[in-house]
Amino acid sequence: MTFTPKEVGLKLETEILIKQTRKGACGVDLPDVADFKLRIGQKKREAIGLAEVNEPQVIRHFVRLSNQNYSIDAGFYPLGSCTMKHNPRLNEKMARLPGLSDIHPMQDQSTVQGALELMYNLQNWLSTLTGLGGASLAPAAGAQGELAGMLVIRKALQAKGENRKIVLIPDSAHGTNPATAAICGFNIKVIPSDSEGLVNLDLFKKLVAEHGRDIAAIMITNPNTCGKFEKNIVEIARLIHEVGGYFYCDGANYNAIVGKVRPADIGVDVMHFNLHKTFSTPHGGGGPGSGPIAVRQDLVEFLPAPHVKKEGDKYVLHAPKQTVGKVKGFNGQFGMHVRALTYMLSHGADGLQKVAEDAVLSANYVLAKLKDHYHVPFSGNCMHECLLTDKIQKAQGISTLDMAKALVEYGMHPMTIFFPLVVQGAMLIEPTETETKETVDNFIDTMIYIAKQVAAGEGDRFHQYPLSTPRRRLDEIKAAKTPVTTWFAS
Amino acid sequence: MLKAIGVSSVNDLYDAVPSEFLLKKPIDGLPNFQGEIEVENILKSLAAQNRAAGEGPFFLGAGCYRHHIPASVDHIIQRSEFLTSYTPYQPEISQGTLAVIFQFQSIIALLTGMEIANASMYDGATSLAESCLMAFRIKSGRKNIAVLGNLHPDYREVTQTYLELNDASFVEASKLDESCAALVVQYPDFYGNIPNLDEARAKADAVGALLVVVVNEIVSLGLLEAPRQADIVVGEASSLGVGLNFGGPLLGFFACKKEFMRQMPGRICGMTSDVDGKPGYVLTLSAREQHIRREKATSNICSNQGLCATAFTIHASLLGENGFKKLALINHKKACEFAEILSAVKGVKVISESFFNEFTIEFAKDAAEVNKKLLEKNIIGGFADGNKMVVAVSELTSAQDMAALASELEEILK
Repeated sequence: MTFTPKEVGLKLETEILIKQTRKGACGVDLPDVADFKLRIGQKKREAIGLAEVNEPQVIRHFVRLSNQNYSIDAGFYPLGSCTMKHNPRLNEKMARLPGLSDIHPMQDQSTVQGALELMYNLQNWLSTLTGLGGASLAPAAGAQGELAGMLVIRKALQAKGENRKIVLIPDSAHGTNPATAAICGFNIKVIPSDSEGLVNLDLFKKLVAEHGRDIAAIMITNPNTCGKFEKNIVEIARLIHEVGGYFYCDGANYNAIVGKVRPADIGVDVMHFNLHKTFSTPHGGGGPGSGPIAVRQDLVEFLPAPHVKKEGDKYVLHAPKQTVGKVKGFNGQFGMHVRALTYMLSHGADGLQKVAEDAVLSANYVLAKLKDHYHVPFSGNCMHECLLTDKIQKAQGISTLDMAKALVEYGMHPMTIFFPLVVQGAMLIEPTETETKETVDNFIDTMIYIAKQVAAGEGDRFHQYPLSTPRRRLDEIKAAKTPVTTWFAS
Repeated sequence: MLKAIGVSSVNDLYDAVPSEFLLKKPIDGLPNFQGEIEVENILKSLAAQNRAAGEGPFFLGAGCYRHHIPASVDHIIQRSEFLTSYTPYQPEISQGTLAVIFQFQSIIALLTGMEIANASMYDGATSLAESCLMAFRIKSGRKNIAVLGNLHPDYREVTQTYLELNDASFVEASKLDESCAALVVQYPDFYGNIPNLDEARAKADAVGALLVVVVNEIVSLGLLEAPRQADIVVGEASSLGVGLNFGGPLLGFFACKKEFMRQMPGRICGMTSDVDGKPGYVLTLSAREQHIRREKATSNICSNQGLCATAFTIHASLLGENGFKKLALINHKKACEFAEILSAVKGVKVISESFFNEFTIEFAKDAAEVNKKLLEKNIIGGFADGNKMVVAVSELTSAQDMAALASELEEILK
């Protein structure tokens, strides 16, 4: 068989490492171990089944894999609800200081006062920004923040002898909201959205009238997942408080209002943050995140453990008096606390205010430029993200999915698609504040091009897109029907 | 941009906000912008107040183990394409992330002797909690979780938080009965002892409960036999690639038998092919997850520990079949040497019968007091529990470190 090289240019492929095994190879130099008497109380393990490769092979493999990945460093990433802003590298440098990375969570507290002071400062930033009484950095991600927040509400009610079971959640909510409420044992009543993409105030009032003092809380994202600030939020908060319920705010969209609005002012009792969204810690291909919560002063005693308090000039890790307990082992995602505080210090209170303004400006600019080409389900301006649908293009048989894949072909990560569920064919665009006008204009021009192509009857080809990526459209049905999740599965 | 939108100022875009609540000035009580040099100085001074583990003899384990991370790992995870990408929602431009997850899942499944693993959990404690919730789904109607042997206190506390939500409780193994959805056993246990999993399996089978094995030192699976007796294996994989990080980020893992696949929490990556027939990967079995099933999801987990799983996969790949086993052997050898050294110290008794790289010693004084004295000599002792101390070693522990602890203990216990 004659050998013919493949014409790949820079598009370098790589097989998973088990297929590159060379017997005896190893990527770490470890000394040989002379025989000795084992004290494991059992026979030693014979085989694991891992690959045998050396360091150059490993590095080449992962470098080639990385070349098949898009990232915010590489280009525009307008994933609505995810706030894919630039990840400053100072964060990474600070997180790697040995004094911050090479410390064990169970070291005597006297040996980690710097770490505890850092956590205390971050708690303080979060409570001061929001006007809320206190914060806990324990939850590992936004979804865990939601869990911790709802646990605080549940315990606060129990402490008053109340066993309320109902939680109101808008139909536009992120899936983690109802998932979290269900885990906490609550019954969910869905509040429909109105024609402006806001919580339907009349139907909300009906639910409050119907369930009254059975309502434990409302879980609202504000700005909401349609990119709108809930203009009736003060009244919504008032009505919930009137029946003795709590206002839980999902802070995933905090980037729109950080430094511009204090959540406590509009009636929020409990709120979670996504440090990997608003506060720039990197997304890492799927985490780690961090989901601290801030709560009203009277709820501080229920915060999850551990919490950092100050006693004189000492910082102390402790469990709040009536804590809901631990939601995660040890102290929370400390490495992300370091990165977030670095970001906050770098921006300052004034800088963060500008972050929100620039994010809102950018999203409204996109909306203004695209509203003549795409269906805009809800009128008026947006916050840090704008919502479009594929209604116009659907008439030509082109869906949100096809247009997203077209964007991929044109060198950009698409917006969030098919979320929120309250509109058909949703496209949620969040440019963030760290993009230049040139980049945003390029996105706008591309979106207008796509819309015009569809309008001219040239859109059918988008069903085949993308064409130039490392892989084209993948068969998700096959993957789910016969799942193959390991390299050794038959 | 303002002109294109048709407003005169950015504040016009905040018109839905009640005007009395729209802040004009930056929030009081917080510092304003500071440059990179100033910020570095602030963080450096905070770091300088901490006694890093590497600054002297160090013997703390207790679920968070200090190992050597090869230089390549940090270089690769700082590549933009791994660091600043997100969940692979668009698989065509995320094959890098997906191929890493696939290899992570495979390595975890091989180490644990299970058939399927997910893309990661927050940490060992939460993965245990999730395994109990899964056990309740599989063995519906059962309300309790039995614990055999010594479980890490944090794992117990975190799981307790979740159990309370289901009106469920922990019971000791002696009370194991048909009300228990699962029997949990830590391997090795909190004091370092290595339990007999065949016995645990038999106990679980006697009442029709699932067997959940918790591994919080993943390196141990290079020397100990895989816990194949289990239905679910969960735990902590941060020993490789991740570092201590003051307890976070860590790296939880979740693996189980294939028959329980659809009850698993978390993201799962699967093989498939594209329209050209090229092999590739996608996130799969999403019908279990919150973005599809919402209140009926198997878990509310969304972001997990992606970059940590990547670091682990790189480290485990560098070690490979032989390196992983050798690393485990080195760890155990250090522990055996240390156990001998400490046995010879007057007043110290090694009480662990079997162990991997962590074991328990006992003496007449209060261990926390002993630790205080050790600290005066810049030695960080093991986990203090009454007059017991759980000490951990690794390939990073030197002969001088061990000698230092031994001689100081002798002094203190005089």
